[in-house]
Amino acid sequence: MATYTLISSNVLSSSAASVTFSSIPSTYTDLVLRISARDTNTGAIIGSATFTFNGSSGSLYSITKLIGDGSAASSSRRSSITSDEFYYPGANAGMSTNTFGSAEIYIPSYTASQNKPFSTFAVTENNSTTAGNSEIDAWANLYRDTAAISSIAINAYVTFAIGSSFYLYGI
Amino acid sequence: MPTATYDKIATTTLSSANATITFSSIAASWTDLRLVFVVSSTSTATNFQVQFNSDTAANYSSTYLNGNGTAASSGKNTSATNIQFTDVTATSTTVPQMYTMDIFSYAGSTYKTALGTSSQDYNGSGSSASIVGLWRSTSAITSITLKTSGAPTFSIGTTATLYGILKA
Repeated sequence: MATYTLISSNVLSSSAASVTFSSIPSTYTDLVLRISARDTNTGAIIGSATFTFNGSSGSLYSITKLIGDGSAASSSRRSSITSDEFYYPGANAGMSTNTFGSAEIYIPSYTASQNKPFSTFAVTENNSTTAGNSEIDAWANLYRDTAAISSIAINAYVTFAIGSSFYLYGI
Repeated sequence: MPTATYDKIATTTLSSANATITFSSIAASWTDLRLVFVVSSTSTATNFQVQFNSDTAANYSSTYLNGNGTAASSGKNTSATNIQFTDVTATSTTVPQMYTMDIFSYAGSTYKTALGTSSQDYNGSGSSASIVGLWRSTSAITSITLKTSGAPTFSIGTTATLYGILKA
């Protein structure tokens, strides 16, 4: 039986500040959110999109980051924050035109009545020799809530560009 | 109609603490395997390990990239008796952690490569790691055993799911 099912998708035909998946059924084991995105902000080489589950904006999120920027690897942490995040390219002159970043957010056991560990893997590649103009992110994330995840709201750094795509799969 | 390519082979949720979780009698019907588990342990001083086909000999090796929230590091384990997901010094007994392992061409007759991830964030501590593992065996993988280092066990509620992925 096939178990990788597209729940919903949103491919932007006009720029948008946010994308939301709501009424996510509890019939799957895991959720996978696959994103191809670029921001319209000309001030950012790489920007941060934020996302929340179930409309929760309390200090329920935390991240342990592992980042490679083409020059060095580093690790850092954000604790008790009000949203989670992932990095993706902006429209700064240092970022080549038409370059979109890719991200996969994998949420296992999203209906389990326990805190939700999940992972974020995001990449931006820009054919640039400048460190920080491309990036690979492998992050550990935690959402400290025992309720099943039934909605995901994603907010752009400023505005998601036309052509940005968001696919939510249930496994 | 497109062919189904991502199948749930088996899933286990522990109703009592247990030292191991085993998926056995894995058919050779797929191209790759994907293991996803959400786990907590009865002890903070543990790491999680994988063995194939009940092989306890020193046929495994791995290289990892780890971030502990302060610094990134890389290391390796050679001629080991398992693939260990990470080399952290402390896990959590109360906050579940997520691990994945993709095992490529598991039914082939070459050595088996596995790509693992470890996502352990405890809101103020924890780590993120990527691991590449090798099992030096030409046998098809027919069973996978998850175990803990040392005496601790997997806690109640630990969930492990094995998926089969078929080439398009």
